[in-house]
Amino acid sequence: MPIKTDGLSRRRVLRGVMNGAAVAVSLPLLDVFLDGNGTAMADTGKPLPMRFGTWFWGLGVDSNIFVPKTTGAGFALPKQLEALSAVKEQVNVFTNFNVFNDGRPNLCHYSGWVALRCGSAPVSRGSKPGQSLDCAVSDRIGAGSRFSTLSLAATGQPRDSLSFRDADSMNPADISAVELYQKVFGADFVNPNSANFTPDPKVMIRKSVLSSITEQSKAMEQTLGAADRARLDQYYTSVRELENRLALQLEKPPPAPNCKIPGQKPKDMPVGLDVERVAERHKAMADLLVMALSCNQTKVFNMVYSDSGSSLTRNGQEKTHHSYTHEEPMDATLGYQPNASWFVGRAMESWAYLIKAMADTPEGDGSLLDHSLLYAHSDCNLAKTHSVSGIPMFTAGKLNGRVKTGLHIDGKGEAGTRLGYTLQRLYGVPLASWGTQSMETARELGEMLT
Amino acid sequence: MSLSRLSRTAALAMLGGSLLLGCATDKPGATAANASQAGVNASQTTTEPAIAPVAPTMRLLTQTQYANTIADIFGPDIVAKVRFAPVNRTSGLVAVGAAKAGLTPGVVDPLDSTARSMAKQILDPKHREIFVPCRPKAIDQRDDACARAFLSGAGRRLYRRPLTQAELSAAVEMAGEAVKPAGDFYSGLAFSLAGMLVSPQFLFITETAEHDPGQAGAWRLDGYSKASRLSYLLWDSAPDEDLLKAAENGGLNSPAGLRKQVSRMLDSPKFERGLRAFFTDDLVLEAFDTLTKDGEIYPAFSIKVAQEAREQVLRTVVDHLMVRKGDYRDLFTTKHTFMSSDLGAIYQVPVNRGSQGWQAYDFAPDDPRTGLLTSVGFLAQHAHPGRSSPTRRGRALREILLCQTVPDPPPNVDFSSFEEPSAKALTARDRLSVHAKVASCKGCHAMTDPMGLALENFDGAGQYRQSDHGSKIDASGTLNKAAFTDAAGLGRAVRDEPALRSCIVNRLYGYSVGRAPGAREAPLLKYYQTELDNRSYRIDDMLSLIIFSKSFFAVAPESKPAMVARNTPKDEKSHADQN
Repeated sequence: MPIKTDGLSRRRVLRGVMNGAAVAVSLPLLDVFLDGNGTAMADTGKPLPMRFGTWFWGLGVDSNIFVPKTTGAGFALPKQLEALSAVKEQVNVFTNFNVFNDGRPNLCHYSGWVALRCGSAPVSRGSKPGQSLDCAVSDRIGAGSRFSTLSLAATGQPRDSLSFRDADSMNPADISAVELYQKVFGADFVNPNSANFTPDPKVMIRKSVLSSITEQSKAMEQTLGAADRARLDQYYTSVRELENRLALQLEKPPPAPNCKIPGQKPKDMPVGLDVERVAERHKAMADLLVMALSCNQTKVFNMVYSDSGSSLTRNGQEKTHHSYTHEEPMDATLGYQPNASWFVGRAMESWAYLIKAMADTPEGDGSLLDHSLLYAHSDCNLAKTHSVSGIPMFTAGKLNGRVKTGLHIDGKGEAGTRLGYTLQRLYGVPLASWGTQSMETARELGEMLT
Repeated sequence: MSLSRLSRTAALAMLGGSLLLGCATDKPGATAANASQAGVNASQTTTEPAIAPVAPTMRLLTQTQYANTIADIFGPDIVAKVRFAPVNRTSGLVAVGAAKAGLTPGVVDPLDSTARSMAKQILDPKHREIFVPCRPKAIDQRDDACARAFLSGAGRRLYRRPLTQAELSAAVEMAGEAVKPAGDFYSGLAFSLAGMLVSPQFLFITETAEHDPGQAGAWRLDGYSKASRLSYLLWDSAPDEDLLKAAENGGLNSPAGLRKQVSRMLDSPKFERGLRAFFTDDLVLEAFDTLTKDGEIYPAFSIKVAQEAREQVLRTVVDHLMVRKGDYRDLFTTKHTFMSSDLGAIYQVPVNRGSQGWQAYDFAPDDPRTGLLTSVGFLAQHAHPGRSSPTRRGRALREILLCQTVPDPPPNVDFSSFEEPSAKALTARDRLSVHAKVASCKGCHAMTDPMGLALENFDGAGQYRQSDHGSKIDASGTLNKAAFTDAAGLGRAVRDEPALRSCIVNRLYGYSVGRAPGAREAPLLKYYQTELDNRSYRIDDMLSLIIFSKSFFAVAPESKPAMVARNTPKDEKSHADQN
């Protein structure tokens, strides 16, 4: 439910907090503290770099070795989280949050992630109850960079994108480092640190051409039904976004002191879903992604490490990760499925790699990660039963000091949308609440906020 | 025949894609088969039923349609490399999903880049001589007459209709304004052309309607929309000049004129491309773009093999339907195929290594390979990366070939008790047989496994084998009431399965009109099937029946008729005359 924030003032918010009536929403940084674009402090006008990313892995976790024993700070990393040891203080682990299907079928490997991305469980496979939340964040902060969103799939499969405006309008994933390199650092790339900047007159022509095309295609609307008119509107929106980015190219880009341009084009990698190949593809794309972020080419990204019914393989073994989750007996001594669990461990390694790569990239008074918030989750808890209760989630990064890290937060069985709602509010998405039925929430997760 | 005269079950069976098989039955599949059979026997009518027309469509070009269109207009050396967003496959077809697909920024960005790249190529010194029908008075000056000559011609082909005066004037103006900043006349033209190439008029096949003078109050597609519907169906590409002229002259409004064009199109080499496009969509062959197998378990299965397995399926289909004029049903029993040297290693058959490319190959009468179901294409696509899967194969057979829907397994199922190979359960049959004892499993698995198990003589890469984990494979099975002992028997059962006929009719019709057939079209599909039962399921019979049926071009526009009539001058002349 969108809300208007125009009538709020910093004073009103603070008064509410002081009176105790709004302690539960005592956010120090609601979007009223930001300027209209959500990118600068209203008081100082100083730009705040803000990035948002999502990271997804398929087939959940083994709670026995995933859920930390204690909550809050200082928790010990269980076995399945050991890969995060180097970045533990940059991460929050969210457990015991649920997806509620509200009478809709639990669509295996689908309902869980759709609900966390859209705020509601889908009614059928292929349907989507709304846009994915990265689109809402991108609408808020994406302006001012070349790409509103970059969607990447380490699986090498373009269908593996969890970013969409609706069920029929996906932001397709880039599927290789080569493709990503050409897109971001190819012919249209302008080095933000170049000493000389001369606006390219051809950019102005391109902008005019797009405006003209939009104008001329308006006549099409007359013949269309409502649904097709909406599709045409979506096309116009996409073109307008392109025009806005072209307008940016006519101005000298703000300097990006830590922008490092990749020295050479990455090498082609073979397709395939062997874990080693996926990890290698993820690493190569993550390295480029970090450069794209620090060179201000995008502020929002989505990375899919493995798809929700993960078909990842381990060389020489006839079963996929997915097959193992269903067919491997639960080891009575260990309390989990060792082969299936191995794949989750490998996913956590790649998740840790991305976090560390961003943490190791300096920016301003901190790191790239300090100015970012990453949101990671899976499609279920235990894949063997497709359980969406206790669906695992993470965040990483402090988002300019607004988010605490190093915490294990217990959801106490509440809706997982609380995290999605909180992070959208952190980026100034004007929502009074998010989600529907049991997934609807208007409560931020105060524990994670400074 | 009205829908009410068909039993509801039979009507649903005709609709194929919307048919959901219940899993609770002890005789799964019987519902679909009986219903379909009932549909066949319900009537032998040969009169086309009148059905209520539906709205025209706005279809997003597919990636191959985009590439084919560019190649046909500007030649194959213009590189149109772009990857479209995956389309939500709907009612079994990407072609139907394309009528709902939108264009997000993530798609428009690469389309814009590719448009600029292509426009630059088309107007480079090498190509401009071919495509620009005039020379500018001065290369560094605008020349509106010359720009108009080029842009009106290119625009007519790209928009699949003449440009309106407003569109053409804007394009010419844009080209003129761009001359100075872009550098010269041709670069200016390139900017304007790039705009067309990223415009919705090009990217969406937007059908428009006109009054049907033959029937008071009725609407039909206008000539250009008819031309596009035909050309994307038969050629997977835009209309050529001849077809556009026929559209312009009203030549597609008379049965004779339409037959002349369709006959020409079926005789064109481009028809093979159209046939390939349909079967790529129908058989879900795009999955081969990313199909890989475990290299250690199946060392002979490479990415090249995957690509060639797809090509083998398409070559077999084209040869059978187009060259041999065969019946679609016989694709499941044919012994004819084609072999490459890499595929020879998987099929374990000798291929003349000295020859490049493909060779025709006939399996011996007693060879276990028979028909499409035993192609590596089908077998490897519907299997795990490291092993076979009777369930996946059976499900693919039901869903892709018979237009039936197999439900997902219930969320909370413990497979471990019967999926893990053990001393007592070495083969897939042993393991899957346990499903029969589990109430929540047996209904759905009975729909898939009895067919899939007949293909167990082929491993996850499609290689022939006699045993699994050292235990001899029993490849017997059933499909509804048909019992068989091996894959060849399955092929024969599929060939004779009524749902195979209703499914191909459903899919071809949906592909032709770009939308899923609705319930009110069930009598029409029933009519098609009855007619084809009397003729044959040859591709030209199937296509002709659909294209020449009275309802093929009939539409009922959603929006205000006055607006829809935009393209229809009062004197019933073509849209072009308005300009």
